[in-house]
Amino acid sequence: MLTVRDITDQMGLGIAVEGAQHRPVSGCYISDLLSDVMAHGRDGEIWITLQTHPNTVAVAVIKGISAILIPNGRRPDPETMRKAAAENVAIVTTPHTTFTIAGRLYNLFQNDQHPAPG
Amino acid sequence: MSAAEPIEGCFQLMGGDFTNAGAASSELKAILAKRGVSQEVERRVAIAAFEAEMNVIIHAVAGTMHYTITSEAVKVTVTDMGPGIEDIELAMQEGYSTAPDWVREMGWGAGMGLPNIKKNADLFSIDSVVGEGTTLEITIHIKDRPC
Repeated sequence: MLTVRDITDQMGLGIAVEGAQHRPVSGCYISDLLSDVMAHGRDGEIWITLQTHPNTVAVAVIKGISAILIPNGRRPDPETMRKAAAENVAIVTTPHTTFTIAGRLYNLFQNDQHPAPG
Repeated sequence: MSAAEPIEGCFQLMGGDFTNAGAASSELKAILAKRGVSQEVERRVAIAAFEAEMNVIIHAVAGTMHYTITSEAVKVTVTDMGPGIEDIELAMQEGYSTAPDWVREMGWGAGMGLPNIKKNADLFSIDSVVGEGTTLEITIHIKDRPC
């Protein structure tokens, strides 16, 4: 299974917070609605969101999210980075849009023969 | 594993304290992990507790989260000094929320919290008095594990 580091390296993502790069990634969930991620996100997924505030880290910890991916060249808030470092949650970034990065991620999963569920 | 002694504890919750949102639920999750409950139970308790914690932070002045862990179940009781819920049936409907716009912009207040708590709980009850506060009781059974 792909790890956070595999995805970071192969997709050329920026690392805002190192976190647990060795963690396996089971799939991907995309939502800017934290309540929706609480309801439908799954353990081990990489989560693409435009939200940059510290509650994203709390959601990631509670849901067992492997990494947070912030698109569109956005950066996490300083407090978000501090919390993520304390909780060992990886935050990665990309200048690309959600559509582009999700498409590339989907292909990466396909090529790894572990299709992204859901 | 022999049946462990029941443990209980309590966290204080502060209304409006978004910076520390999730701290109580994360700690409860860690306590459950240390206790050795199944990941499924740990996950369900953490989700239900976090949603209840967020409701206090979003809507109330302050509250408490009390937990009891026995060999049979995890019980989480969240009591707040908040506005209370006028129509519980309506509040339980997915998509209904009284959260202000700025909370919605953060990605909360989509009216999914209470339904998500109910979905993850084996037993769930709400007691609310308008102008006084709300109490949620959440029970999640611990399944028997093979020796």
